[in-house]
Amino acid sequence: MQILPVIGGLVSIVGAVFLLLAAIGIIRMPDVYNRMQTGTKATTLGSILFLLGIGLAEPSWFGKIILLIVFIVFTNPISSHVLARAAHFRGIRLAEGSVRDCLADDEAGEKGVCE
Amino acid sequence: MANLFFLIAAGIALTAAVISFFRIILGPSVADRAVALDGMTIISISIITAAAFFLGRFIYIDVALVYALISFLGIIAIGRFIERGI
Repeated sequence: MQILPVIGGLVSIVGAVFLLLAAIGIIRMPDVYNRMQTGTKATTLGSILFLLGIGLAEPSWFGKIILLIVFIVFTNPISSHVLARAAHFRGIRLAEGSVRDCLADDEAGEKGVCE
Repeated sequence: MANLFFLIAAGIALTAAVISFFRIILGPSVADRAVALDGMTIISISIITAAAFFLGRFIYIDVALVYALISFLGIIAIGRFIERGI
């Protein structure tokens, strides 16, 4: 039995668990910004681990898998940033327990704790 | 053995995609739906790569790459649309 595909399978299962936690976070979190937080960070880590596991199981695919991982790492924060900005300027409010909104402070011209 | 592990991982990822699809149905605002769609496409990339592994075809990795590109552009377009309209 080869050992490398088994290790790859275990790494993929860990990544899939992160993806599942991200999906549960998207369902359970109270407002848009918190959902964005789990939906971006946890899915980035989960996809990296999942793809890395498949790359370990098929070593000849590793180059293109690395390309895919780099693409996800570059584009995922950008899309999250665009969506957060759009939601803020659309006027969607934060959830009840939120402490601080630095972008709203910035628009009001106040120099709060964020500076 | 390894194939079983990958099958379990793909099943968990598919469950995650289905769960985040519920947020598209439930979501109160359009931004919620866009966030859920973003998460679902990122999860789908992993599922497509797992399908490429099961079928043993290298070319399906390219499908995942193009899918990631198109979904990124789609999310950027949706974000611009939410922010200032067409």
